[in-house]
Parts: sequence; C-alpha cells; structure tokens
Amino acid sequence: MAEISQDTGSHKKGKKKRSKKLPTRIDLTPMVDLGFLLITFFMLATSLIKPQTMEITMPSDKKVQDEDKTVAKASQAVSIILGKDDIVYYYFGKTEGAKVLKTNYAPDGLRKILLEKNFEVAQQVEALKAEKNRTRMKEEDYQKKLSALRANKNAPVVRIMATDESNYKNLVDALDEMNICSISRYAIVDLEEPDKQLIANLAP
Amino acid sequence: MPKAKVKRKSTWVDMTAMCDVAFLLLTFFMLTSNFTKKEPVLVATPTSVSEIKIPETNIMTVLVDKTGKVYFGIDGQDKRRQLIEKMASMYKVNFSPEEMKKYTLLELTGNPMQAMKAFLNLPAESRDLPQNNLGIPADSTNNEFKDWVKSAREVNPDLRIAIKADEKTPYPVIKKVMRSLQQLDESRYNLITKLEGAPGRE
Repeated sequence: MAEISQDTGSHKKGKKKRSKKLPTRIDLTPMVDLGFLLITFFMLATSLIKPQTMEITMPSDKKVQDEDKTVAKASQAVSIILGKDDIVYYYFGKTEGAKVLKTNYAPDGLRKILLEKNFEVAQQVEALKAEKNRTRMKEEDYQKKLSALRANKNAPVVRIMATDESNYKNLVDALDEMNICSISRYAIVDLEEPDKQLIANLAP
Repeated sequence: MPKAKVKRKSTWVDMTAMCDVAFLLLTFFMLTSNFTKKEPVLVATPTSVSEIKIPETNIMTVLVDKTGKVYFGIDGQDKRRQLIEKMASMYKVNFSPEEMKKYTLLELTGNPMQAMKAFLNLPAESRDLPQNNLGIPADSTNNEFKDWVKSAREVNPDLRIAIKADEKTPYPVIKKVMRSLQQLDESRYNLITKLEGAPGRE
C-alpha cells in the first residue's frame, strides 16, 4: 500500500525515543471522487458505438444512357416494390402480365424468396464461410473468393422500386436483404407507370 | 492497573486502490472516446447487418429528419470556413466575421441561405428548435442542397458522403436527395445504419 506510516509499536524497547513524526498518509477520498466524476463525464459524453454504414453505388446520370442498358434475362429478373405499411410486392420476370405477390420484411418473407431465387450462390457463400472458419483463411482471399462467387452469371438481378408511401427503413431493409442473400446485382430504380398499375390492380 | 482495553480499529479505509481504479478507467475512457457529435435533431437510424465502419474524417454528412428536413455539414473547422465563404459569395449573402465564426462551430446546419444569417444570430440555445431549422431546399426547382455538395467537394475533394436519415423518413425525400447527388455525379455514398443482430439463418 502506498501509505507510509511510522511504525512505532514493535520497536519500543531498547530504542531511543525519537521525535514523533506525523504520518505521511494522505486522505485520497476527494481524489477518488474527482476520478469518478470525470469518468462519469467521459462516459456520458462519448459514443462508444461507431455507426455502421452501408456503401451503395448508384449509376450516375451520364453513364446510364449507354452502359447501364444491360438487359437482364427475364428468368433472372426479380422486381421488388416497396409499398406502404411495410408491405413488399414482388414479381419475377417481365412486367407485362406479371403475377404480383405480397410479402413482408420478416426473415421468412422477402429473405426466403430471394434465397430461393439465389439458392446456388447462397449455398456456395455458406460453404465458403464455413471453410473460412475452419481453415483460417486470410481476409483478402476470402473477400476475393466471395466477390467471385457473387459475380455468378446465373444469379438473379433485382430491381428495387419504392413507392412514395414507403419510408427510408424499408429501403435500407431491402438493401440489407441483398447483402444477406449475397445478391450483388441490384439497382434502385424509379417506379414507373406499368409497375404502379400492377400494384393498383392488386390492391383494390 | 487499568483494565485491558479492546484495541479499537480505526475506520480509515485505504483509498489508494480505489483511486488507482478510478484513474485507470478514466484513462481508458479518455483514450477510447470520440465525442458524440451534436446534432440539431435526434435521428433514429435503421438497422442493418453491414459491418463497415464509417471513417472519422473527411465526411460530408447529410442528415434527413423524420419530417423530411435536410441538414448538411462537413468536418473540420477551417474547411467549414471555406465552405461558408463559397456559399456566401454564391448566394450573395454578406456574413460578418462573427457569423462566419459561428458557422464554423456548427457541425450541421439546415437552413436555406436566405435564412442563414438570421439563424446564425440566434442565441445558441434556441438554434435547435424545429421552427428555426427550415431544412435545406433540395427540390428540382430550388436546389440549394446541390450547391452545398458541390462547394463542399471543391473545398475538400476527399470528402465521402454519408447519408443519415431517420427510419420514418418518407421515401420521396430520400429520392430527392439521391437524385440531387446523382445529378452531381456523386454516385458512391454511405448510408449510416445501426448494427443489427446477425440474421436468423447464420
């Protein structure tokens, strides 16, 4: 301990009487008080959790004209329309005569549908993850393999369209599902008239 | 002969150890902390599974609140000074040096340039009131937001865009912001989210 007190008790006998020294013990209580006060301040004033971000890349206006016209095969196309009250409408293939179905953002809703559609890639990604855990793969190698898997030509192409009644959370949830389901090819597109018609027909 | 007295123990507790602990914790908090930025409105960000952390510097923050007001700010006080000078000359608003100084101290502001002067002259405590923050116009006809982004990009080319919006923000507002950025050829940006528990299938 840091206290240095003059021990006078045990050596009393046979010793000269010394002038009594004051113990150099300092009361540290106020110091402790101060310490905890400052801790409290720092705990309240700081943000320990750093916010996460989701990086998205949107096609810029200029490139859209020529480059972005990559037409997806109808069998791969999935269209998701974010509706109001957390409802998701979706259909596969072309807009004309599409059969629109309803679902939600729950794990057995949109995610299930996308995973079924993206079964092949999702399975490979799972296998890769398992391998990574088993063999302590390097992070770079893992990322490289992951992006190679995600670039699968047969993977679905998702169009995300949001109605004006949807909110930001719906959009982020939808983008999140793309991440979870390992879908690399998706785009946020404006809602166009034919799609509006489809929903209007569905919800009388 | 006096009776054998029971020796009374002193109630002195040694505080040294406690003091050590307190200061150890204090050191930890001081070193790990980065202060919460002051934001004019409280925004509940949606959750996602993304684990990318946002960098601390060179960030252009676009804050969108529940009602769809847009706030804008960049980091670094000297950068902010250059930004407000640029904006002032673009919109022909004359700021006094004190007003400039006040602007550089604000992380985020959300007012059209015409109302900015009045806003900066408000006392600090009433600046966060909703009626004093009108939001930066980002419509297709009156788009000051684009000018802010453009000027900020000129001031600091390394800026990355972070959009922080409330869960309940209606989509049209987000669309407006995204559309403005798209027109400026700013196609990469970050959406700020909270961490969510791992998804069910893992």
